Amino acid sequence: MRNIWTISKRELGHYLAGPIGYLAAFALMLILGLIFFTNIQVAFLYTTAPSPQFIIAPIGFLLIFLVPAITMGSIADEYKTGTLETIMTAPVRDWELIVGKWLGGVFFFLGLLVLTWIFPLILNQFVTPGIDQGLLVSGYLGVFLLMAAFVAIGVFTSSLLNNSIAAYFLTFAILLALWMISAPSQIATTAGNSILNYLDFSEHFYPTFLSGVITLKDIVFYISSAALMLFLGTASLEARRWK
Amino acid sequence: MIEVVGLTKDYGTRRALDGLNFTVKKGEIVGFLGPNGAGKTTTMRVLAGYLPPTSGTVTVDGKDLIKDSLSIRQITGYLPETVPLYSDMTIRGYLLYMGNLRHLKHVDELVDQAIERVQLTDRSDGYIGNLSKGMRQRVGFAQAILHDPDVLLLDEPTIGLDPAQIHEICNLIKEFGKHKTILFSTHILSEVQQLCDRVLIINKGRILVEDTPEQLQLRLSGGRNVIVRVNGKITPTLAAFKKIKGISTVTPLGENSAQLTVQPDFEARPEIARVVVKEGLDLIELRGADLSLEQIFIQLTAEDESSPNPNLTSAE
Repeated sequence: MRNIWTISKRELGHYLAGPIGYLAAFALMLILGLIFFTNIQVAFLYTTAPSPQFIIAPIGFLLIFLVPAITMGSIADEYKTGTLETIMTAPVRDWELIVGKWLGGVFFFLGLLVLTWIFPLILNQFVTPGIDQGLLVSGYLGVFLLMAAFVAIGVFTSSLLNNSIAAYFLTFAILLALWMISAPSQIATTAGNSILNYLDFSEHFYPTFLSGVITLKDIVFYISSAALMLFLGTASLEARRWK
Repeated sequence: MIEVVGLTKDYGTRRALDGLNFTVKKGEIVGFLGPNGAGKTTTMRVLAGYLPPTSGTVTVDGKDLIKDSLSIRQITGYLPETVPLYSDMTIRGYLLYMGNLRHLKHVDELVDQAIERVQLTDRSDGYIGNLSKGMRQRVGFAQAILHDPDVLLLDEPTIGLDPAQIHEICNLIKEFGKHKTILFSTHILSEVQQLCDRVLIINKGRILVEDTPEQLQLRLSGGRNVIVRVNGKITPTLAAFKKIKGISTVTPLGENSAQLTVQPDFEARPEIARVVVKEGLDLIELRGADLSLEQIFIQLTAEDESSPNPNLTSAE
């Protein structure tokens, strides 16, 4: 347990020591700011009350681009620079390393999500009697769980490869595919399509969390996806020893 | 302390280690020699718990390397060949990180001690990315000794250093080796002579020789060599040299010098000097010329290349 904490702290420090963490924060805030500004204008034009959803919905999608940028080097870079050898010969279990890496990424994105709270806070000033707090809470819970699963996928992918750019593209491709894998089920509802529908990460987010519905089924889905990825990441790290 | 029995390691179809057997006793400094690609780094990595062996057993402090991996890693310090460090951390930050991963008590004090030992106190808050090769090496060494390990594995600790730094690292190893078990690999044979209680020479994944540096020299040169130089023609004197007790061969080296091989346990130099004077010559030089470890090393590995079954393995 202590090792996980030590590793995640160092991982977070690593993100904050280099430019990538700040660039990711900048990109997220810039795009959310544009979306926010547009939606405020629309609300004034049509005199409708804006909901916090228009801030939360794009975060999920933007994570597809941002998560790989942060997680791509988590194992791949350590392998490349050789520091993995130092960690793997220290009294640290392989799973502790993977979970620590994952937790470091989760902490980083948690910070990023907290930053985006500025938009709902501003919005709250514009709307009387304030925005729907329930939507806000369930939306952010959904984004958090989604992000935790995404980061686990990113760490797993990084553990497979020795090159962080390759890890970026593979993670990005996997995340994007998981985001739109339900597309065939829009055409026809066959048994195969309903499996695709279940695997779709956005299907556990848009209809439920984003609409203010918190269901155990979706929470379990994200947590078990993350757990599976961390398990696979550990297995892949162990496999490296046997290469 | 370290017992290696039948250690074999395959990388895919390539056999890197082919049934290594050796032991390192507690408190011993053992030098690990071999040409590049002989399997030194692989052996180090196996002992450090990074790579599992394909077959064979390794016990450290009576514990099995695979089953008790974590507790063995706890008492082992390891400096990998490439000295991997995080360039975005400070020296102190890095050592604290490694110390915390080892759950060290009083980690701050231990880090300070380690930094002081490798003489980086004034740089301890500087970033590792800005350090020179020699300083990085010292940080790596500090990391390896941070937890006062019982077993220290150093993979080419002096590679890429200047002579002053090599001297420094050697002193660190010597000081540390007074109470600890150390296995270190190197190419620089003077280090071995200076530091090691015992030498392992490895080639193509097998142990070629295992002996003390002195014994190795004696055994392979068949005795000690002495070079005599006089201020005249040495040829007429050669027969007289041959008659001296304990001298086995006489080889002329040019007009006025010769190399004499003296059997072990004989001191022939006073008699050589007397013979020279008796022959009416002036003695200019009389010095020992033992086979250097370099020569032994080249000789051994060359022999191994030509013969499929090396029979030089020590009886130890």
